[in-house]
Amino acid sequence: MRETKTLDTVLEVKNLQTVFFTNSGLFRAVDDVSFSVRRGETLAIVGESGCGKSVSALSIMRLVPDPPGRIVGGSVTLEGTDLLKLDDAAMRDIRGNRISMIFQEPMTSLNPVMRIGDQIIEAVRLHQKVSSKEAWKQAVDMLRLVRIPEPERRAQEYPHQLSGGMRQRAMIAMALACRPALLIADEPTTALDVTIQAQILALIVDLQQRLGTGLILITHDLGVVAQTAQRVIVMYAGKKVEEATVESLFETPLHPYTRGLMASIPAVPSPDAREDVRLVEIPGMVPSLTKLPPGCAFAPRCKLAVDRCRQEYPPLDETKSNHWAACWRAGEIAEAS
Amino acid sequence: MFAYIVRRLFLMLVTLFGISVIIFVLLRVVPGNIVDILFDAAGFVDPADKANLERELGLSQPIVIQYLHWIGGLLHGDLGYSYVSEKPALEEILPRIPITARLAGLALLFSASIGIPLGVISAVHQGSRLDYALRVVSLSGLSLPSFWLGLLILMASVSLFGTMPIFNPNPKTWLEALTIYAVPAMAVGFRSAALTMRITRSSMLEILRQDYIRTARAKGASEASVNYHHALKNAVLPVITVIGIEAAFLIGGLIVTETVFNIPGIARFLVEALRWRDYPIVQNLVMFIAVVVVVVNFIVDMLYAAIDPRIRFGD
Repeated sequence: MRETKTLDTVLEVKNLQTVFFTNSGLFRAVDDVSFSVRRGETLAIVGESGCGKSVSALSIMRLVPDPPGRIVGGSVTLEGTDLLKLDDAAMRDIRGNRISMIFQEPMTSLNPVMRIGDQIIEAVRLHQKVSSKEAWKQAVDMLRLVRIPEPERRAQEYPHQLSGGMRQRAMIAMALACRPALLIADEPTTALDVTIQAQILALIVDLQQRLGTGLILITHDLGVVAQTAQRVIVMYAGKKVEEATVESLFETPLHPYTRGLMASIPAVPSPDAREDVRLVEIPGMVPSLTKLPPGCAFAPRCKLAVDRCRQEYPPLDETKSNHWAACWRAGEIAEAS
Repeated sequence: MFAYIVRRLFLMLVTLFGISVIIFVLLRVVPGNIVDILFDAAGFVDPADKANLERELGLSQPIVIQYLHWIGGLLHGDLGYSYVSEKPALEEILPRIPITARLAGLALLFSASIGIPLGVISAVHQGSRLDYALRVVSLSGLSLPSFWLGLLILMASVSLFGTMPIFNPNPKTWLEALTIYAVPAMAVGFRSAALTMRITRSSMLEILRQDYIRTARAKGASEASVNYHHALKNAVLPVITVIGIEAAFLIGGLIVTETVFNIPGIARFLVEALRWRDYPIVQNLVMFIAVVVVVVNFIVDMLYAAIDPRIRFGD
C-alpha cells in the first residue's frame, strides 16, 4: 500500500523476489511481491498450497533454505532497516527478537529433547542479558500469558507431554518472549482441532493487540481472514493478485481467483433445502511454477479469460480506492457487482 | 522403572546362562582336546596314559557333569586351573584384563571423539568438497582391516623413526603409557570411527530437516548452537547404539591388533588358549566377554532414557 509509509509502518516489503533452483529448472516462488504491515495491524496472506505464502514469510525471516532457494531481488525493511543487507550475525539479532514466527505444526516445531521452559529461555537469553533464574521466571510468565494452566509445572515438561493446542500456546509464548515488532503466523491453526483453532486464533489476536505487534497471518482459510485481519493480500503462483481491506475484499472480490476461493467456501444448506448442493470448485490445477503460461497464470482456469489474458500479464491496478487487483477484467467485474 | 531394571537383570542372567551352554558345547564339539594335542606332539600314544590324563583333568566325565562342575565353581569364584600353565585360571586372566580394557576404552574414545564431530561437519556441509573428502576417508576406514592397518602403521613407524612401539607392561610416564596404547587403539578404532562418522552424518541429515531446527533458527540461534545443541542431541541416539555394538565387536578387532602389536591382552590370550583347547581359560574368558557385552547393552538402553525424555521403560 503506497500511502502507509508513515512512522508506524513496521514492515515494508518491496518487489521481493525469491527463486528456487531445482533439477527441473528455476522457479519463482515469490515474484515481485510488495506489502507493508503497520504496528498493531493484521495482514492476512491468502492462497492455496504452493502459491508462495510461506516462502514470502521465510524470505522476511531470511530462512529460505539456500540451496536451493535464494532471495534475488527487492527489499525487506523492518523498522527502517533493510534486512536483506544485514550480515548473518546482525540478522540473528533480529530473528526471535524483532520478528518472530509461529509455524504450522506444533507437534514437530518444538525440540523433543528440551524442556518447554528451556526452549523459551533460549529465545530470551539469545537477545537479553538476563540471569538464567530471571529468564526462567520470564518463561513461566510467558506461559501464564498464553493461558497455560500450571505454568511452573508445564515449563518443566517436555513437548510430548503437552497436547497440540498447548504446544502451539508454548510456541506463541516463545515467539512473543522478546516482544517482537512483527509476528508471522504461518497457518498457526491448520494442524489443530476446530475447537482449539478458535481459541488459538483469539489468543494470538488478543496478545497482538495488547502488545501492539504487527501480525502477518498466513492462511488458506477465508473464515480466519474475515475474523482477524484488517487487510488481505491474495497470492497465486508466486504473485500478488489482489490486495484490499477485509471489508472491500469480502464485499467485492475483484480477481476471478479470489471470487473462486470465496465461492468454494462450503455453506451449511438450510434444513428445508430440497436438493443437495454441489460444492463449488475452481476447475483445473495450480500451474507448475517451472512452466508458467506467458500471460496471467490463472488464465487457464479462469472462466472470464480472454485472449489478452493468455498473452500479457495484467498489472496490479488500483481498481477501486484502496483495492488493487491484477486482472484485465477487474474493471468490468467492479462495475458488474 | 525399577520393575524394568529387575526384569532386565533377570533377562541378562538368562542370556548369560544360554551363552555358557553354547560355549561349553561348542568347545567340546571342536575336534581334539588338550590330551590329544599333547600326545600327538609326543608321537607315541599309550592309551592307558592318555586315559589317565583325561581322568585327571576331568575330561572323561559325562559332559553334563563337566558343565555343572564348571558352573558350580564359577558361582564360588573358582575358575579352575589352566591346562597349559597349571596356574589358577583367575590368575592368568585377571592381569590381562586392564591391558585390553585400556585398549578398548581408548579405541572407543577415539572413535567417538573423531567420528561424531566429523559426522556433524560432514552433514552440515553436505555436498561440499569437505563432505566428499570425509566420506572417502570414512569409506577407507570401513574397508581397511585393522590388522593390515596395524601392519602399515608398524612399517611406517620403522621406516620413519627406525623403530616401532614395543609393549612395556610398566610404563614409567603417563605419556609413555599413552603412546604404547594410543597407536594400536587408533588402528583398531579407525573402523568404528568411520562407522560412527557415517551414522552421525546420516542421522544429522535426517534431524536437520526437522521443523524444530527451523524453529531454533527463527529464534536467532547461531549455526553452532543449531548444529551441536539442537540437532546433535537428537541425532546422537542411533550413534550410541552403534558405539554399543562396536564395543562388542571390538574384541574381534583386538585379537589381531594385539597379535600384530604384540600386546599381552585377553584377546590374544583367548586365541592361544583356544589353540591348546585350554577349556577353563576359553570358557571363562568368553563368559567374561559376554558379561561385558550384556552390561554395555544395558548401559546403552539406560543412556537412551537419559537422553530422550520420550523413552521411559516399564511404564
